[in-house]
Parts: sequence; C-alpha cells; structure tokens
Amino acid sequence: MEKEKAQTFHGQSRRDFVKQSSLLAGGLLAAPIIAEASQGNYFSGAAGVIKVALVGCGGRGTGAAVQALKTKENVQLVAMADAFRDNLDKSFQGITDELKDKPERIKVPESNKFVGFDGYKQAIALADVVILTTPPGFRPIHFEEAVNQGKHIFMEKPVATDPAGIAKVLAAAEVAKSKKLNVVVGLQRHYQTSYLELYKRLQDGIIGDITSIQVWWNQGALWVRPRKPEYTEMEYQMRNWYYFNWLCGDHIVEQHIHNIDVGNWFMGETPVTAVGMGGRAIRTGPEAGEIYDHHFVEYRYKNGVVMNAQCRHWKDSVSRVDEEIVGTKGRIICDRGVILDHKGKTLYQFDKKLTNRPYQAEHDELFDAVAKGQFKYQDAKRGVEATMSAIIGRMATYSGQSIAYDKAITSGINLQPAKYAFDAPPPVLPDANGNYAYAKPGITKYFS
Amino acid sequence: MIKKTVTLVLGGIMAGTAAYSQAAPFEAYEQKIQGTDVTIKMVPIKGGEFLLGSPAGEKGRKADEGPQKKVTIDPFWMGAYEVTFDQYDLYADKDKDQAPLPDGMTRPSPPYIDLTLGMGKSGGYPANSMSQYGALMYCRWLYAKTGVFYRLPTEAEWEYACRAGAKTAYPFGNSDAQLKDYAWTAGNSGAVYHKVGELKPNAWGLYDMLGNVAEWTLDQYDEKAYAKAAAANPWNKPTGKTPRTVKGGNYDDTAENARCASRLQSDEAWNDRDPQIPKSKWWNADAPFVGFRLVRPVKQPTKAEAEQFFADVVDKFVGAR
Repeated sequence: MEKEKAQTFHGQSRRDFVKQSSLLAGGLLAAPIIAEASQGNYFSGAAGVIKVALVGCGGRGTGAAVQALKTKENVQLVAMADAFRDNLDKSFQGITDELKDKPERIKVPESNKFVGFDGYKQAIALADVVILTTPPGFRPIHFEEAVNQGKHIFMEKPVATDPAGIAKVLAAAEVAKSKKLNVVVGLQRHYQTSYLELYKRLQDGIIGDITSIQVWWNQGALWVRPRKPEYTEMEYQMRNWYYFNWLCGDHIVEQHIHNIDVGNWFMGETPVTAVGMGGRAIRTGPEAGEIYDHHFVEYRYKNGVVMNAQCRHWKDSVSRVDEEIVGTKGRIICDRGVILDHKGKTLYQFDKKLTNRPYQAEHDELFDAVAKGQFKYQDAKRGVEATMSAIIGRMATYSGQSIAYDKAITSGINLQPAKYAFDAPPPVLPDANGNYAYAKPGITKYFS
Repeated sequence: MIKKTVTLVLGGIMAGTAAYSQAAPFEAYEQKIQGTDVTIKMVPIKGGEFLLGSPAGEKGRKADEGPQKKVTIDPFWMGAYEVTFDQYDLYADKDKDQAPLPDGMTRPSPPYIDLTLGMGKSGGYPANSMSQYGALMYCRWLYAKTGVFYRLPTEAEWEYACRAGAKTAYPFGNSDAQLKDYAWTAGNSGAVYHKVGELKPNAWGLYDMLGNVAEWTLDQYDEKAYAKAAAANPWNKPTGKTPRTVKGGNYDDTAENARCASRLQSDEAWNDRDPQIPKSKWWNADAPFVGFRLVRPVKQPTKAEAEQFFADVVDKFVGAR
C-alpha cells in the first residue's frame, strides 16, 4: 500500500483512481491520436492545438513546461504527473503565475492530475508532446512509454542512471526514429547560440586538431531535503533524490554530463575508456546518501586524446563550470565564448548581444517542428552517449579501475528497485545510524 | 503616511526620538558583525549639493543621463568597498553565521550553479549575481544583526559619492586615460572582477565605485528620472520588480560605460538561464557583473520606520531583480 498521503486523489481512494485512470487511458489509446501520428500528422490537430503533458513536476519540470507554453505555437498543457501531490500543486501554481498573460494555455482539470508512480502513463496518453523531467532514474521507463504511445518528447538529461536504463533508452530511440517522433534532450548547450558559434569555428579549423580537452563542474553545496518521521524509506529517497544513485546517478552524471557532453560533441565521438578518482571529502553525513562530493576522470578517446573531467560539490573552493577545447592552433573557452591562440591573442569573441537563451530555444525548435509536421530532432542517441560517458566516469571513480565504454554499456548493470511503490524497499538502505554504504575504490567491483 | 515615513528614513530629517539612532561620531569606522571577525569599513560622506547627470557634450553620454539637475544630499556613511562574499556569505550561508538570529531570518537558497563563474569568492572578492532583493535582504539581516540601519544608496547618493566633488566624466577628469588606475573595466580586468580595494580610491576614500561589479541602487529605473527628481535627496521609489537602476559599470564594460553618470537598467533577461520555476528570488543566472555597496544614513530611522521601509521596499517586491 502506498502512504496515506498519496492515497487520495481529490476524495477518491487510490484504488478507484487507478481503476478510473486506466479506463480513461484505455479509451484514449483507442482514440485517433496514435493513428494520426503514424500517418505523419504530428499532433491531434483539434483547432491546431499541440497538447502537452508534464511528467515530473519539480522546479526544472515546471521551468520546462513554462518554456513549452511560451513558444509561439498554439500549445496547451493538458496533463501533469508527479509522485507527490504537493510537488504537482506547487508546479501548477508556478505555471499559472508565469502564464498570467496566456491563461488559455493551461487546461489541466483535476481529472488530468496524476499522483503516484504510475500516473505517467495516463498523462502521456493525453498529450501530443510529453515533457519528461522526473529524477533521471525513471527516464528510461517514461521514455519507453512515451515512444510506445507515439508521442514527441522533450526529456531532461541525463537519460538514465545505469547501463540497463541506457539499453532501454537506446532501444526506444530506434522505435522513435521509425515512428518519426521528434526527441529533444535537455543538453541545452546544443541549442545555445554561443556554443553553436564556437562549434562552427572549430569545424572551420580555427584551433587546428584537438589535442586535449578540460571540463569542469566545480561548485558549492547543493540542496538537501531532510527526512521527516512520516516518510517511508522510499519516500525519503524520492524526495532527497540527488543523493541516491538509482535516482540521480551521482553528480558526475546529473550535472557534469553537460560538460562531458560538450567534450564529446566537439571531439565528435565518445571516449573509449575512463580512469579516475573521487570520494567524500567534505560531505560525509547520512543526508549525503551514497554519492561522492568529487570526481576527477581521465577520459581517453580512440586517437589517444585525453579529456580531463572534474566535478566537485565543495563550498568555498575555486569554482568553475566550463569547457576548454585545446587544439594545435589555439583553445576554445566555452563559457566565455572566446577562442584564443597559444599566445593569448583573441581569435574570436562571441557577440554578447546575440540571443543566447538555450532553455527557451530547445522548446521553440521542438514545437516549431511538431507544428509543421517535420521530423528534425533525434537527440536520444546523443543523450545516451553523454549519459553513458558520465556513467563510466562514475564507475571508474567508484571502482578505482579503468572502465571501457563498450564493456560497460552492454553490462546490464541495473540500479533500479524491484518494485516502484512507497512501501517497497529502495535498492539501498541505511544502517542503524542512518548512514548509507558508498563505493570504495579497490573494493567496489563491476566486472570480474 | 507610508510615503512620509519612507521620506523621513531616506532624508534623515527625523522628528521625535529615534530608538535605533546611534550618536556615532561622523568619521570612518569598522562595522563589526557579532560572532565573526568580519568587519565592514564605512566612510563618512558629508552632505552637499551637486549636479546629477552628465552634460550634453560628455563623450559616451546617453539620453537618460539628463537633464542635469542640481540636488542636495544629506550626509551618510558609505561602504569604502563593494560588499564582499566574506561579508555576504555570513547571511547567505547559514554555516558561517555562528550567532544566528533567534527569529531565523530567511536566507538565500544556494544558486543552481556557482555564479562567481570561477572569478573568485573568499578573500575579498565582491559578492556578485545577487538579485536586488538579495542585496536588500542582506541590509535587513545586517540591521537585525547590528541594530544599525543600512540600505542601498539612492541613485543620487551613489553618483554624489562617486563624483567626490568632481564635475567631470570621471572623478579624476574627463579623459579616461587614468581609468585603469581606479577601475577594473574591459581595458584592464582580463574579463573578471578583482578583489575589492586593489586600485586607487576616489577623493572621498571610496574604492571601485567605477568598474569591477556594477552596483545596485535603491531606485526604480526611469529614463526620465532626472527631469522629475526632487531637489533634495531624490529617490525614484520602487513601483515594480524590474527595472531597477544600476550604476558604475563593470569589469566587462568599456570606459564610456563606466562614467560617474552612466546608468543601467536591470532586466528580466539577467536571469534567463535560471532553468527552474519558480525562478530564484535571490540570484541572477546571467548577471555576474552586479554587486552592491552599503549606505548608513546619519539620522537613523526609528525601529518602526525601518520596518516600514523594509515592508514597503522589500516585502512588496519579493524577488526584485
């Protein structure tokens, strides 16, 4: 049984709600949405409206929904799903506040607000485009479902937290391609003008051949959500999701993926191996779950070029979130949008007057394509490659071993719980003092 | 009623007893912060009269810098330096506040990424990227902490202090040739801000007024503000969350944008890359060039007046940026 809190859905019992929702979903699955999509009519089309469902109503999901609703297309939010009613309500309020000038874009009746682990299926069924922004551990099953239901998709990075999830996303990506479903992944630097301008110049040969890459996500502490006595262990981990690998993947996967992705993008391929070190230097208490507070990974590409990737959650230490691509003739410093030669002379400086709003741009482009019936975006593969690159980084720092990308991606390693329910045990449990076991290099092993 | 109170707070023309006023001698002092070894250096700025804005012929002048207007300013203390992270984090980081206030004041949530962008934090770097709300809430916290009323300068107070008696484009003349000795701008900054107080101060002992981080003022931005400005202690009171007025130019600005009279209006776009909703009330994801410095009016408001000020200027515009 789920917790009392999640059991009621505006007065209905959880069981009634699920039953009713299933019927609703069943009915919709028979409706012409899918049929139309398969004929290349990219949205349900009633009055030219593109219907959107938000799955995962945290701060980022709410932001993404607002960005979708602020595109110039005729977009309507029609359904929302979250594990927690309070998240969903806060999100609905946030979206309403942001869309004060376009209230007609929010059409989410109570019956289309789905709470709990399974609501995503019903929410997805109601939409033409779905926004997948839960903690990343759920992304593979949500993506698979959205693809199976024939929907266009915006999904946040990372796209999984383990190799088993990666395999699922890869398989679904193939199906998405065959169904001509647009998939945009929130690796938003690909939609950021400054990065696109830098990349163009890289291709023009401005820095010659790449000789090394340095990437950073070094920052201070992040949020922690404290345990409350009424929480089951599952609810606690879901709410404090950043600190559990089955949900988050550790910060090298959840955040540093952005910078690792840029390295791969500019290099034009994924790394072959990763070796590195990491640990818990500062953040050591029970609230830090099982994740590290620092990682330093040496990624090696096929031709021997090295990408050094470092990420930290250390307060009051030097911070930097950036990428530097070093070539034979110069270096690209991405965050500053500048390209220098090896004497420090500026070869190019991004014009800061240009529009540089990546989070909005990724939605503008997706909805433009959907409205025009175009099939333009297949970001899932890129999302997989960036996520998997970050995962092998984590595996390298956790184990102290050299991890091969090819071996890891087919390993089937699975961090997910056997069952998603608030009364089910999550895959990691605290000891008597509330501490969680965490990886120890040399002891933690992935491959025999 | 409210208007009158706020005018009194700013003008410092106090009738009756001021419970919180301190009979401090009008000289430079170090404000201690209880339970820490952090101090804030304040220097006295005598009252006087000056021409607000720039003359039509000034190089780089923009239309919103005029018409020039003669205004009088009451005396105040001003921070000799921009507020640093060493000072700001006592408020922003609860772990650093060894003697927290009993009423548990709201503190800034940590930003999604470290908004110093690697330019430096501890050891004297200016606090940056905070919303105007975040700057004002620091003043409120400092008032609660010290019993001394601090606030942002008005735009007129800021420019008066920056000029330090000069009528020229820069405090040292009309040519920007010496700017590098006084200010970190595009010409010498290396595209990053620097520790406060490394360059020369102006004639009144204020460092980094121009360049380094641009500074929040207490005024709603209005391009026609000077035409409407009161003759004494002008202040264009907040009427909305944006735009507010920023002065002084920053480390990435040209010399022309770092003149005494330069004005900049804040913009919602300063937080474009905050990916979350609700967006942070405390931080601007795309304005690493903004900071602030403190002012202490000589005539301190009563406790009730100070509370009224925070209610009118801060609580009414939560998240102002």
